[in-house]
Amino acid sequence: MYLNQFLLLAAFLFCVGVYGVLARKNGVLVLMSVELILNAVNVNLVAFGAFHNTVVGQVFALFVIAIAAAEVGVGLAIVLLIYRNKQSIDLSEVDLMKG
Amino acid sequence: MLRNAFLIPLLPVISFALILFFGKRLPGKGHEIGVLFVGGAFVLSAICAAQWISRPADYLPPTGHAEAAAVEGAHAAEQASTEAATDEEHPADGEPAAEGEHEVEPIRKAEVREVVWFETGGVEIKAGTRMDGLSVMLVFVVSMISLLVHIFSTNYMHDDRRYTHFFAALSLFTAGMLVMVTSSNTLQLLFGWEMMGLCSFMLIGHWWEEKNNSDAALKAFFTTRTGDIGLLVGISILFFAAGHTFDTETINQTALSGTISSGVLVAAAAALLCAVVGKSAQFPLHTWLPDAMAGPTPVSALIHAATMVVAGVYLIARLYGVFWAGFHIGDGGINPVALIGGVTVIIAALLAFVQNDIKKVLAYSTVSQLGYMVMALGVGAWTAGIFHLFTHAFFKGLLFLGAGSVSHSVHSFDMKKGMGGLKKTMPVTFWTFLIGSVALAGVPPLAGFWSKDEILVGASGNGYPIFLVIGLIGAFMTACYMTRCVYLTFFGEFRGHGHPHESPKAITGPLVVLAGFSILAGFLNAPGIELFSKWTENTTVLAAGVAHHEFSIGLAVVGTLMGVLGIATGFAYYVRNLGPHRLTQRNQAALTGYKILENKYYLDRLYTDMVVGGLKGPVARATYWVNQNIIDGVLNGTAAVSKAVANFTYSVLDQKLVDGLVNGAGAGAEEGGSALRVLQTGRVQQYAAFLFGAVVLMGGALVLFV
Repeated sequence: MYLNQFLLLAAFLFCVGVYGVLARKNGVLVLMSVELILNAVNVNLVAFGAFHNTVVGQVFALFVIAIAAAEVGVGLAIVLLIYRNKQSIDLSEVDLMKG
Repeated sequence: MLRNAFLIPLLPVISFALILFFGKRLPGKGHEIGVLFVGGAFVLSAICAAQWISRPADYLPPTGHAEAAAVEGAHAAEQASTEAATDEEHPADGEPAAEGEHEVEPIRKAEVREVVWFETGGVEIKAGTRMDGLSVMLVFVVSMISLLVHIFSTNYMHDDRRYTHFFAALSLFTAGMLVMVTSSNTLQLLFGWEMMGLCSFMLIGHWWEEKNNSDAALKAFFTTRTGDIGLLVGISILFFAAGHTFDTETINQTALSGTISSGVLVAAAAALLCAVVGKSAQFPLHTWLPDAMAGPTPVSALIHAATMVVAGVYLIARLYGVFWAGFHIGDGGINPVALIGGVTVIIAALLAFVQNDIKKVLAYSTVSQLGYMVMALGVGAWTAGIFHLFTHAFFKGLLFLGAGSVSHSVHSFDMKKGMGGLKKTMPVTFWTFLIGSVALAGVPPLAGFWSKDEILVGASGNGYPIFLVIGLIGAFMTACYMTRCVYLTFFGEFRGHGHPHESPKAITGPLVVLAGFSILAGFLNAPGIELFSKWTENTTVLAAGVAHHEFSIGLAVVGTLMGVLGIATGFAYYVRNLGPHRLTQRNQAALTGYKILENKYYLDRLYTDMVVGGLKGPVARATYWVNQNIIDGVLNGTAAVSKAVANFTYSVLDQKLVDGLVNGAGAGAEEGGSALRVLQTGRVQQYAAFLFGAVVLMGGALVLFV
């Protein structure tokens, strides 16, 4: 088995995720991109676990999935509140922390 | 008691402190403390005197040098109880030894007790008492007169506004004199001397509210101070010359042994003589003493009889070795001590004639009598000098207290305007005053006669004929002006106001006691008795070879004649109005003479106008210059430097550096803040971009460098 195909896939996913997080203005899409980043990590974890012939990678991936689910719950709630306040989910308009 | 003689000066000092602190609260306002303690001092002094007299005369001083052995020629004369005219004295006994008699008559050994006061430069400075005949005699006289003056003052000063302070100062004054006469060294002597200077200032200026009085106090202080410089110089010279010691006995013996070069000795003696001239009111610094009459009368009595002015005479007597060797007193001729004394005798007696203030007459009389004492010491008649001091203390104390009693009654000191005819109304005062005057005039057998006669004998015996003549003239004048004084005060019609009355017991008591002493004191050294000279004999006198001279009937008769003649002349001129009266209005020369006397030889004018006035301007200008240029220069310089430093500190250190740092920190923070502020866009994605950028950079660094 070759490890590098998985790593390349994960790197690709990660880059897509990062691009989504940094560049997209839609809040839901940003959350989805975060999911992409996490899943890229999951791919790496499972791949390394299989490579080393251990289940630790898969266990870790399960933890990440669980936490990602919780994170998305919180994230969607935030997006929902933003929408309620601004009638938009454009993140570029959310700049209350501007110094 | 001789060993514990330090108690005698200590008692008045304690009294001074107690009066100051507690005097005002006592029923007597403090006089009881003064009388009690000074009385105590007197009792101790009397015990001292008794012990001294009963002390066996068994001390033979070591005859270290030729003169000491030579002395004793003189002592044959001293055993003169057998009288006889064995006057084998040669006027010039400067040529020592020779004469066969070498047996030295033993004397009483002085009781010295010293403790180390402090030590400096390897020299132990001692404090202590030296009790010999001279000290014992003076301690006795001083404490006795002081006690009587204290008692007298309780009445005389009654209701005075500074009654308590008066007694405090009186006690301290006495203490000063006692410290001085008991001291074993010149340093302590100086201490007592200055104590008296201070107290005389306080007491003469006791009624300082009047300008005249405070002026007189200042004058007394400054004039004696002029002389005191001499004392300081003299003591310093002797300290080094005698081998780093202040001890009087050592100084005397060293001076007499001839180991000190004569130039140094003359300088020391001259410096000490300055001090004597100032303190004992000798010509030309006598001017303060008559002015000192501004003080209360008891103070005058104390100053004139027992303390202050006799300090100078005591100084000569105590350091006689220095004067003897420095001025060659034993050689005859003329020396400064005798000369100053002689001049003072005459000029002061002359001044006494033109005074109308009874106290001033007595003051000039004191000056004149002090002149006698100094002259006696100057002509080598040591015993005669201090014997005159002894007798004079009684009758002059008596006269002053008598004058006080009179003024207490008539409220005036002016004999011409406020007195007269007091014989009947004040009998006790009159009789005692008369006794004092006759004693002063030198009529036998009262005290003054014996001591004055002894001075004359000394002057003639030691080869000082000029001073013999001066002494005789002085005796004549003394008798004459005292007659005038007594006549103006007690005879004729009363010219004052009010009703004079006899003074109370506290005033007449001391008068009677002193009158008794004025009658009897002279017999102590009368021919055939001569206890006084035996009692006061000390090692210095012995070593110097001071001659003792036989009583001479001829001189005694002449001396008495002069006194009687003086009284007769005074009587004829002032009472009977015989002789050239109103001469001053007819004769230009007489008028000039009178004017000179009236202006006291223009000495005051000389001092105030020429010396002080002449010095005042230049000194003031010099001081002003120093002030303007040097002191102000230093001040201004200092100020300028401080200002420059301050300016630098302010403008550079504070404003630039410190403030720069502080403001810089603030400004830096602000600039940095506004620069970084741009980054805080509030957009989360941008933050995330930075985060990723940083992670990429750190990751790259990790890969590249680790």
